[in-house]
Amino acid sequence: MNTILMTTLTISGITGILALLLSVANRTIANYGEMKLTINDEKEYTVEGGDSLLSTLIEEEIFIPSACGGKGSCGYCKVKVTQGGGEILPTELGYVTPEEQREGIRLSCQLKVKTDLKIEIPEELFNVRQYDYTLSYMADVTDKIKHLRLRLPENATIDFKPGQYVQILTPVYKESDEEVYRAYSIASSPVNKNHIELLIGYVPEGICTTYIHKYLKEKDRLTIVGPFGDFYYRDTDREMIMVGIGTGMAPLLSILRYMRDQGIQRKGTFFFGARTREDLFLTEEIDEISRTLKDIEIVYTLSRPTPECHWEGPVGRVNDLLDKRLDDCSRLEAYLCGSPLMIDAVMEVFKKKDFPLEHIHYDKFE
Amino acid sequence: MMELNPLVIFFASIFTNNMILSNFLGMCSFIAISSEIKTSLSLGQAVTFVLTFTTLLNYLVYHYLLVPLGLEYLRYIVFIIIIAAFVQLIEMIIDRYFPALYHALGIFLPLITVNCAVLGVSLFMIIRDYTLLQSIAFGLGSGLGWTLAIVTMAGIRQKIKNAPIPKGLEGAGITLIITGLMALAFIGFSGIVVIQ
Repeated sequence: MNTILMTTLTISGITGILALLLSVANRTIANYGEMKLTINDEKEYTVEGGDSLLSTLIEEEIFIPSACGGKGSCGYCKVKVTQGGGEILPTELGYVTPEEQREGIRLSCQLKVKTDLKIEIPEELFNVRQYDYTLSYMADVTDKIKHLRLRLPENATIDFKPGQYVQILTPVYKESDEEVYRAYSIASSPVNKNHIELLIGYVPEGICTTYIHKYLKEKDRLTIVGPFGDFYYRDTDREMIMVGIGTGMAPLLSILRYMRDQGIQRKGTFFFGARTREDLFLTEEIDEISRTLKDIEIVYTLSRPTPECHWEGPVGRVNDLLDKRLDDCSRLEAYLCGSPLMIDAVMEVFKKKDFPLEHIHYDKFE
Repeated sequence: MMELNPLVIFFASIFTNNMILSNFLGMCSFIAISSEIKTSLSLGQAVTFVLTFTTLLNYLVYHYLLVPLGLEYLRYIVFIIIIAAFVQLIEMIIDRYFPALYHALGIFLPLITVNCAVLGVSLFMIIRDYTLLQSIAFGLGSGLGWTLAIVTMAGIRQKIKNAPIPKGLEGAGITLIITGLMALAFIGFSGIVVIQ
């Protein structure tokens, strides 16, 4: 009995002393005090040092796009640092090109605020806000994809361009003990400023998708930050080539709905690809839109149709389809959205056909 | 055992009883971070520093706390806690005051916590019944020996960077083979003195 008591006391004593020591160190050594953060040479903030630049900016309600939630694995949260910040870290090298490094571009999730900093960010990021949405509708559109409609409180509005994305703040829940941000494209038309729609595919062990698919219920609240992204509808008179694979059709649906709502008649083709017939979704609405937008042709394509699909449309990868269908690309404009593999493959085809690069817009879903 | 001069232990733990090359301890970071001399040297320094001080701390805790209380069997858990806390503290200090070193080691610093060479030295010190001076010499020597091994390995790996290595052996494979060859070379020292 005595030994047991002694053992317990010794171990807890040692652990306790060390814990005390570490918390004192945390309060003194790891306490960087207040730092001055200057943004675009005009706005000045006094911030608590020691945290990453990304989370420090979030504290100040400035939301830098980040898809991985600050793990340094997406490379979206780039910020130009003009003063302070020190040398670039090994963890940033994979995402910041040597050219960008010379300009002072850094990953804001890796850079810690340890000195006064001067940074530059695009003005429109000041428009990014945090919104408190309520889930008003949720339905399965395939066995893996959910269709969500989220409503803002009365009188609250969001301004976004069709094609842009928002980030969902996934709260702590049973299967995850950290808050993470994950990016999803808006599928609804920006004409309706009070609600947004999202199409969210299930990713096994994905922190946010698991939460959405297994835990989120109607009337639940969801914190959303946005809008972000340079993938959006461009007002030109070029013929549009739109390619959306799986949930990659969401931002394109937003563009189509926007064109319908605004009565914009442009020539174009919308390629919606999936594996099997069951993986195509919201086709009724798409067909309905195409009756209004008469110059938009809709092409459904399946990569792996099964005999049960009774599929008579195009089969195979969309890049092969484009290779066959496209001829003169000089008057075209492209919107690509889906997996990086698909986009890289389509880009190959475009390069081969001298597609004007400045008119290719894409959003890679990682 | 007691009559071994600390200086003998110091040199023996660098050459004849090298932690990596004769005990094969601390292999994971040895293989992972031995591709560049500069980085491996800073990791080596960190390991040497941690080894010397944890050996000293563990010696004091063992002989002045665990032995008097008759709780020697707790040494594994106590050593591990002390090493972990010490590395945590060092990480905070380096992060704050030595940004250049922190850059070089980056996320690898916490690896030292689970570096078995660090725990190994503390345990060998108890098994071999070293005195305080002998333990410090052993800790410092083992750290320098570990540094010598990883820096040498990094040097070799930099040399063979463009060598036509069979595809399946690239990376960890060839590193393990080189480790074996280096260990053979270090056996050449073993006639000089033996400390175990």
